[in-house]
Amino acid sequence: MAREVSESCMDSLLTEIVSSYCNVLYATKPELAARRIEAIGYQVGHQLSERYTMERPRFSDHLEAIKFICKDFWSELFKKQIDNLKTNHRGTFVLQDDKFAWLSRMSGEPSTETRGSAPEAGNKAAETTGMHLYFPCGIIRGALSNLGIPCAVSADISNLPACSFVIRIKV
Amino acid sequence: MAPAVPRSGDAIFANVERVNAELFTLTYGAIVRQLLTDLEEVEEVNKQLDQMGYNIGIRLIDEFLAKSNVTRCVDFRETAEVIAKVGFKMFLGVTASVSNWDTEGTCCSLILEDNPLVDFVELPDTCQGLYYCNILSGVVRGALEMVSMKTEVTWVRDMLRGDDAFELQVKLLKQVPEEYPYKDDE
Repeated sequence: MAREVSESCMDSLLTEIVSSYCNVLYATKPELAARRIEAIGYQVGHQLSERYTMERPRFSDHLEAIKFICKDFWSELFKKQIDNLKTNHRGTFVLQDDKFAWLSRMSGEPSTETRGSAPEAGNKAAETTGMHLYFPCGIIRGALSNLGIPCAVSADISNLPACSFVIRIKV
Repeated sequence: MAPAVPRSGDAIFANVERVNAELFTLTYGAIVRQLLTDLEEVEEVNKQLDQMGYNIGIRLIDEFLAKSNVTRCVDFRETAEVIAKVGFKMFLGVTASVSNWDTEGTCCSLILEDNPLVDFVELPDTCQGLYYCNILSGVVRGALEMVSMKTEVTWVRDMLRGDDAFELQVKLLKQVPEEYPYKDDE
């Protein structure tokens, strides 16, 4: 059986990546902090996809590779598959996870809307959530890049607790 | 209500939500790598990893106490055993052994022969002086501080530096007595 660690270990690391880069190392430069967090994810995605594809034949097209991310890759990471995949058939793919693990366990519950009461706190929470998403976006970009597919990845959480990852393949 | 019975590390680990250790290990590796790029000085990376560990430790202690049902340790010896057998196991899935006690019973070593943080890791020569697993020493220090024990935690042996095990020396500096407004059995 594959080795496992407690989920708290992974959650703790994620929290610390975001807080170290946003509050300590690049406290006044959120764009730089975001880029570093994404870079850490990229590295992880690149290495994981290398490991998980070692014994497979090459993917015949982009869709095959994206399906691999939705099914096998996602299952290794989150013990579930991506719930919904959409594409415009012109290089853009939207992967929706109906209950994205790394958001559902975040402290600072992102879905608590602040209706007029404390917009400051609301903005801060949204910002922190956004920072947390650079890591999984980086993972996806790294994984696809390792499969020879350069792309840009962003996240959309307008539909919480669902989270959509938008992949734009560079042509 | 009868007091809850302390649970073994194995029992807790079997029941907590778990994730693929590869993801955890590679994420930690990527953090260290990015910190080396951004901070340049190895000493600064050691410090940052220790600080991250400390922040994690002061939070994880709550989960540890809630899930383990451990009762108050009678002395530091018992504390060390609990960290090694229950603490390490419930989070990392491995147990440590405790040895090298000093005569006063205030300094000992936690020895890890299996450490999920270092799977697939090899340090290049440019990383001399890096305590790769420094996050762990921070976690232990942070967690103990939350239960009123000031400690100093240092690496004595490190497999990435060619030693045969990971040895973390934990030295109790000061025990801050806690004042409770109630008695344990009330």
